[in-house]
Amino acid sequence: MHHPRSIRIALLCYGVTLIVFLYLPLAAITFASFSKARYLTFPIRRYTFQWYEKAFASPTVADLLTTSLKIAIVVTVISMVVGFFGALAFARYRWRFRGAFQKFILLPIFFPQTVLGLALLMWFNAVGIIPTWKTAIVAHLVWIAPIATLIVAIRAYSFDPALEEAARDMGASTWQVLREVTLPLLWPGIVSAGLFAFLLSWGNFPLSLFTTGADLTLPEWLYAKMVSGYSPLVPAVGTLSVVGSVILIGLGTAFVVWSNRRRAAMSAGAED
Amino acid sequence: MDRIEERQGLLSALPLSVLMVLIFVAPLIVVAVFSIMPPRVFDVLHMPSFENYRIFFTQGYYRSLGWALGMAAMATVTLFVICYPLAYAMAKIFKKFTLIITIAVVVTLFVSENIRLFGWVLTLMKGGLISGYLRTYAGIDIDGWLYNVPVIVFGLVYVYFPFMLFPLVQGISMVPEEVRQAASDLGASRTRIFFEIDLPLAMPGIVVGSLLTFVLAAGAMAESKLLGGQAVIVMADEIEAAFTFGQNWSLGSALAMILILIIGSLAFFALSRVDLDGIMGRRG
Repeated sequence: MHHPRSIRIALLCYGVTLIVFLYLPLAAITFASFSKARYLTFPIRRYTFQWYEKAFASPTVADLLTTSLKIAIVVTVISMVVGFFGALAFARYRWRFRGAFQKFILLPIFFPQTVLGLALLMWFNAVGIIPTWKTAIVAHLVWIAPIATLIVAIRAYSFDPALEEAARDMGASTWQVLREVTLPLLWPGIVSAGLFAFLLSWGNFPLSLFTTGADLTLPEWLYAKMVSGYSPLVPAVGTLSVVGSVILIGLGTAFVVWSNRRRAAMSAGAED
Repeated sequence: MDRIEERQGLLSALPLSVLMVLIFVAPLIVVAVFSIMPPRVFDVLHMPSFENYRIFFTQGYYRSLGWALGMAAMATVTLFVICYPLAYAMAKIFKKFTLIITIAVVVTLFVSENIRLFGWVLTLMKGGLISGYLRTYAGIDIDGWLYNVPVIVFGLVYVYFPFMLFPLVQGISMVPEEVRQAASDLGASRTRIFFEIDLPLAMPGIVVGSLLTFVLAAGAMAESKLLGGQAVIVMADEIEAAFTFGQNWSLGSALAMILILIIGSLAFFALSRVDLDGIMGRRG
């Protein structure tokens, strides 16, 4: 249907406004992180880098980074593996309980994360596990593994089953088909799922809240400092955490674009 | 061939299913069992009682549930109104700009929600970004906008924006352009096309988006804590307080069960009515 130019422009402005709005609080934090005052008030009178210097020198911040990083890395690896197989069952194979499986896997995404964390805390208590950063991995997986599965599944939906059949007809075993055909075809989806898993785990607060025991993740520390005992390091550490995510997103996107180009170049080469 | 697929489907579903049974289903069962234990016990070796559920009705906890559900409903309706025009444009009008918006919105998802909410605290508080600069440069004194119900709803709208936007875009892009064109050629007005073609055909996306925002907002806590101060106490807050300050696990479990039952049945209802394969883009 045809849309008049004025409507297009109005909608474009609307979109830009919403995006600006979405980023406003992040801009506010970044701005605040350069204020010299110990107790933040606006307008900012004097600017400084000292909170960043302090953050880099602080052993607490280094500990928080290590804990968050360890959790995120393990969550990423596990999510990629179970997400790959889960996505095949979700989108690719026609099997009897597929519908039920799809609903079961999506259900945790709808649950409040705080409640999921508390439920896990009681479960750990019931089986006698003391919460540490390792139990937080389990907590993050409840929410993140289904999302990773969905992301791989989107890729698996656009998958041509004839490719697998051809390989099988030519005598490849089930395992060979999986490794030589299915895995490479789904690989871009698996990489994006890994990227999502890492970033969602890195920024997650409600699932960590009850499940890290004595260890603290970066978002937990930030929250604790926001609610009580404000530290002027909060805006600086918050900004650093965001900048870290953005760099990773940039690298991840570059990788996906690069591997798509390479694949396109290779198949073009094969056709010549 | 079918037998192979049957077996491969089952096998590849196994790792994720086992994981989910262990870390999702089992903990929920523990919560359910704890919820029928007497108040203030820390193991499950007691006579079952429904005392905790009675406390929910007699000690005013239903009010927190009301606040949580009410604010979630307000946030959902507001989000639908805000997102629909943008989602429509992303699905039907924009070309390259759709990708830019998608990336810009997804990136915010990766920033911890309490960092983003704290940004709003800095912006809206007394002596914050807005009121501080207004006072100094325009001479207007404002008290700040924090610590009330509307600002909590605002926080929910802000945080759950992507969860409404993306399902709506999916839903609207499922409306075939030919059908809209035909209706338009036959003389239907834009309003009529919207109500009789767009809305019904985009319904799967609308259902998923509204449900997702509603249930996530109903279980949210950070918005009411950071932006709302103690203006109102929501259900998730009460649950947390029962577990931490209250040291009353069985009461906390009963409150959690009530929230879980409401949210779980809504989610189940929505998931069973929506064609997942269709939404996620299986061809044919």
